[in-house]
Amino acid sequence: MFSRAYRAAISVPPLVWVAVFLLVPYALLFCYSFWSVSPNQTIVHSWTLDNYRDLFQVNVYLQTLFRSMWIAARVMVFSLLLGYPLAYYLSFHAGARKELFYQLVIIPLWVSYLVRAYAWKTILGSDGVLNTLLQYVQLTQHPLDFLLYSPFAVVLTLTHIYTPFAFLPIYASLEHIPRNLVEASHDLGASPFQTFWRVIFPLSIPGVLAGATFAFVLSLGDFLAPLLLGGPSGIMISNIVVSLFGAAYNWPLGAAISLCMLLLVLALIYLSESLEKKWSFR
Amino acid sequence: MATIIEPTLARSPSSGAQPLLSIRNVAKSFGKNPVLRDISLQIAEGEFLTILGESGSGKTTLLRIIAGFESATSGEIWMEDERLDILPPYRRRVNTVFQHYALFPHLTVEENVGYGLRVAKLPREEVTSRVEQALAMVKMTTYAKSKPAKISGGQQQRIALARALVNRPRLLLLDEPLSALDANLRRQMQVELKSLQREVGISFVFVTHDQEEAMVMSDRIALLRRGELEQIASPREIYGKPATAYTAQFIGHTNLLQGEVKGGVVRCHSLDWPVGLPDGPVLFSLRPENLRVVNLAVGSAGVNVIRFRGRVCHQAFHGSTDLLQVECEDGLKLSIRTATRENWHGELELEFSPEDAVAVRKSEERV
Repeated sequence: MFSRAYRAAISVPPLVWVAVFLLVPYALLFCYSFWSVSPNQTIVHSWTLDNYRDLFQVNVYLQTLFRSMWIAARVMVFSLLLGYPLAYYLSFHAGARKELFYQLVIIPLWVSYLVRAYAWKTILGSDGVLNTLLQYVQLTQHPLDFLLYSPFAVVLTLTHIYTPFAFLPIYASLEHIPRNLVEASHDLGASPFQTFWRVIFPLSIPGVLAGATFAFVLSLGDFLAPLLLGGPSGIMISNIVVSLFGAAYNWPLGAAISLCMLLLVLALIYLSESLEKKWSFR
Repeated sequence: MATIIEPTLARSPSSGAQPLLSIRNVAKSFGKNPVLRDISLQIAEGEFLTILGESGSGKTTLLRIIAGFESATSGEIWMEDERLDILPPYRRRVNTVFQHYALFPHLTVEENVGYGLRVAKLPREEVTSRVEQALAMVKMTTYAKSKPAKISGGQQQRIALARALVNRPRLLLLDEPLSALDANLRRQMQVELKSLQREVGISFVFVTHDQEEAMVMSDRIALLRRGELEQIASPREIYGKPATAYTAQFIGHTNLLQGEVKGGVVRCHSLDWPVGLPDGPVLFSLRPENLRVVNLAVGSAGVNVIRFRGRVCHQAFHGSTDLLQVECEDGLKLSIRTATRENWHGELELEFSPEDAVAVRKSEERV
């Protein structure tokens, strides 16, 4: 249908893009992770597994990785708990207000991530909005200090930021459920509650998996929220990578950690996609 | 074939005494747009009633009101002594076969059929045996473990039917269930559906826009036109004695003749014949098959016939019959159905019996 020249011409830009911005950086990352740093701060270009040994033997790396996963898991659960009912309400019961509510969920995505993270800082700080309010209504005598610079602050902020990402795929999957299936279920004697658990929820599982993957993967690699709101106890794995590439000047170890993260994320995406396939029927 | 409903339930001794379902003055509007106006009709136990109408006539809306997916703007629906229209759909002993079947894609055929029984929390053994019976009834036992996406349209149709009937509803609603099937399968399913209905003895309310389908299957046909009930009668009666010009034209093919009655005689163009109608203008429906070409060798069909002459303008081949268009000297144009395989041309001698010309009401234009 199209000439060879035309097909070659339109495939060049994406191929160049992928090569320059993905393949080359990943190849460099891969190489760096097997190199090392000499005592006088230069990269030694000889192959070694030392970085990976360090990664599994120095406690702080694994600990931080597990803490990051634990934070990401909580963010995932809370995003789903908030995103699912919202998506369900919008898709099935919002009626004419559907479009408006949908926009209200989407608009925060236009606001800079940094601004939203800072907003939480002013809310949660020791003389922030929340503590001032709590003391004003005499619920507390002193500022609560666990609010800011803690994993709690990180989970709260990331949940706020990533709930729309969990919401969107769930909403899309709910919108795709033919409404006559819901009618058929009612027709066969199922109450709205039974209909939800037997028809609507199973058919929305692909959306839930996609939403869960978004929330988990995006929070796992986050470094701004822990940097701004996490404090020492809320440090995540990306903060370590940032410092290894920066002040610590240990690019090879940073590259090794990044590569492990990348593999972990790819494995998760693969798992979630194969589950999604199992749960889609069209 | 296994029966799916207890005989006592199927044909209760009270049948005939009280209608199973009565629709009383039901009206429905969407916003300012009236879709149904003052519909009243009754459905007897074990009856096969077809709601026939063009698209936009409100037939599906009426079905959805009975099922409970829409609520009527006014009017009531009663199932024997129980008021139905105030119950949610899941409390009505009514089941529906949806137009596109609406099978649950994540459940197997077996699980689809057992859905209603499982949500009703019936014991597992009973669910299993009733599902087996229902699948045997629609001859789909071998597909029990398949997912709906893996079976054909006709098979999905049978599963949808089994899924509804397994619940032993008092009334089964069918929303154009055959419209997605090809012509052959469609005719086959019409026969199967009708014999299944006789076997289970459940009342069927069948919605279709296909008048031929309605005639083949129904005990009675309710013809809807723009949200109003045009006529409700048996297929033979609605065809033979259409009440309105619209009915006569929608069901089958007809010639409409405008006449004037004066002193017990109707005059229609240059023809006249005696009628028992009051003076004034009158409209007749005369079916093309009730007009005959007079074969001079055999003679006319009866004594009391109206004879006239007409010229053949067009002849169309319709398989078992031919349809002739003739024009008379006075400008009257008529369609005639004839079974003889001849090439007609020129002037013909034609006749019809006056009793075949049925006086019909003019169908007033509604907006």
